[in-house]
Amino acid sequence: MPVSGAMDSSALRIGNILVGNRDDAAGLEATVIGPTIRFLVDATIAITGGDLGAILDDEPLDLWEVTSVSANSILKFQGPRDGMRSYIAIGGGVQVPVLMGSRSTYIKGEFGGFKGRALREGDILKAFISPGYRNPESFHLVPDSIRNVYGHDHTIRVILGPQDTAFTPEGISTFLSDEYTISIHSDRMGYRLEGPVISHNNGADIISDATSPGSIQVPGDGAPIILLADRGTTGGYTKIATVISPDLRLLAQALPGDKLRFVSVTPEEARAIVLTEEAAITMIQTKVNSSRNKPFALVVNGKTHNVVSAEGEPMTAEFTSISQKRRIEASVGEFNFEIEIHHGEEDVSA
Amino acid sequence: MYNSPKFLNSGDSNFVVELGDRIDVPTNRKVHNLAQWIGQQKMPGVLELIPTYRSLLVSFDPNVTNLETIQEVVLQSDGEYDSPSSPSAVVMIPTLYGGDYGPDIDYVAKNSGMTLDQVIEIHSGTDYMVYMMGFSPGFPYLGGLDSRLATGRLDSPRSSIPAGSVGIADDQTGVYPIASPGGWQLIGRTPVVLFAPETDPPAVINAGDFVRFVPLNSEEEYLEIKEKIETGKFEVNKEQKS
Repeated sequence: MPVSGAMDSSALRIGNILVGNRDDAAGLEATVIGPTIRFLVDATIAITGGDLGAILDDEPLDLWEVTSVSANSILKFQGPRDGMRSYIAIGGGVQVPVLMGSRSTYIKGEFGGFKGRALREGDILKAFISPGYRNPESFHLVPDSIRNVYGHDHTIRVILGPQDTAFTPEGISTFLSDEYTISIHSDRMGYRLEGPVISHNNGADIISDATSPGSIQVPGDGAPIILLADRGTTGGYTKIATVISPDLRLLAQALPGDKLRFVSVTPEEARAIVLTEEAAITMIQTKVNSSRNKPFALVVNGKTHNVVSAEGEPMTAEFTSISQKRRIEASVGEFNFEIEIHHGEEDVSA
Repeated sequence: MYNSPKFLNSGDSNFVVELGDRIDVPTNRKVHNLAQWIGQQKMPGVLELIPTYRSLLVSFDPNVTNLETIQEVVLQSDGEYDSPSSPSAVVMIPTLYGGDYGPDIDYVAKNSGMTLDQVIEIHSGTDYMVYMMGFSPGFPYLGGLDSRLATGRLDSPRSSIPAGSVGIADDQTGVYPIASPGGWQLIGRTPVVLFAPETDPPAVINAGDFVRFVPLNSEEEYLEIKEKIETGKFEVNKEQKS
């Protein structure tokens, strides 16, 4: 079963973090052409990844920031400016069923996500109720190292293997020094590259084995193919190298016609890069969390009651979830409690 | 089989444990044993194990562990995964051979110099080993087809083979979980739904299992099973491999 999921998974993950969602909440992937969306309710959104010219009610939207959207607002995309895939994270996460542990759409299999297909005009999406992110105060939580300009020339770091020994020394050196162009025969399964032929020692066929995200296959014709999100799980061609995880997003944002150069890194170097990126994302999460912790108050019938501990200390609350039945679970200090909201009986907000 | 496993890089979050350099039963069984054994060690950071003909892909979280840590555990274990820790399952696949359900069975029989009954007897008389899953969701790579039944593919592939089709292509036999184009010689069909993403597990046949095709006697039996499946009353029969 192909892994599928967001091509630029770190962009979606960061978008989710910004709007206060779990890492793995469902969001939208817009490829080159963005959707026009009318919000039927108030919402909190973040646009991350590629710049497809997002505007909200004719005002340009900043990428990598949280934006409050009011009911009847219209989000539109004017066209690609930089990168290829833009991600729309919505507070609460898009409500689609979980299949095999995922909310992603597997288009080829026609299952998963929203009815197993790409979104069409007229579709109505629901989001889970957002735990609440009123008045986003913090801006620029995403560091410049992540919110870079993609451009059209990409340096892609790879770890050689698993079948690097199947290639001639000239083959390896060609792969690591020459420029390759992404051909139009490229999609979520993989990108086919054009460029100097990469030579094998003894043919390109192997006993079929498993593929990894970013595996670079080289079939007999010597033209590399980078395997991506919707790739088949097994393959019978020699694999010269694997793109490191942090650079998969560069590929997700690369268009046909863009140029690639491959640079070899050791597994230790790759691990350091992975850990650095993870630390940067954790930092974003920490900043988001601290801006979400507010002194906790209950407003009942218009009257505000501050929640204080027995010692009179105001307590800050971390919302953990709000269910469809409008029951809030929250933890305040070491206490966990639930508030049930009965619609019509009392106007309770927190 | 190699004397000791080879460890190959596959990026920063995956590596390959390669046990041999050809397709054979002992090597593949050892791959499945190893997958079972690693799963039982519950090493932190090991995310997924994908067995293939002669190697195992290990997927890990680089924030938690690395190739060297897992490699050491595997190398120090030698011998412990020589045999499986639990017996394999034999999955019974009820199959209606011939007629509209196996339009190419006559050709296969003629090509093999056998009667229809002999083809059915030989094809259903083997427990086929599932070397691995791949190609499409739920698709098993089966080993062990009797060489007498080997038949070349169709000259012109069909644009759509119905889901559940059982076929032969050269020295391979297999069953298609979902409809797809193909050039296989179709000898029968099973009403069993082999892959459904909403069930757990989603695939009826899994890597390391064995598959036995159980001949149905009539179209009535086929349709009966089909109806039971549609009303949720059918369970696939699985035995322990002796």
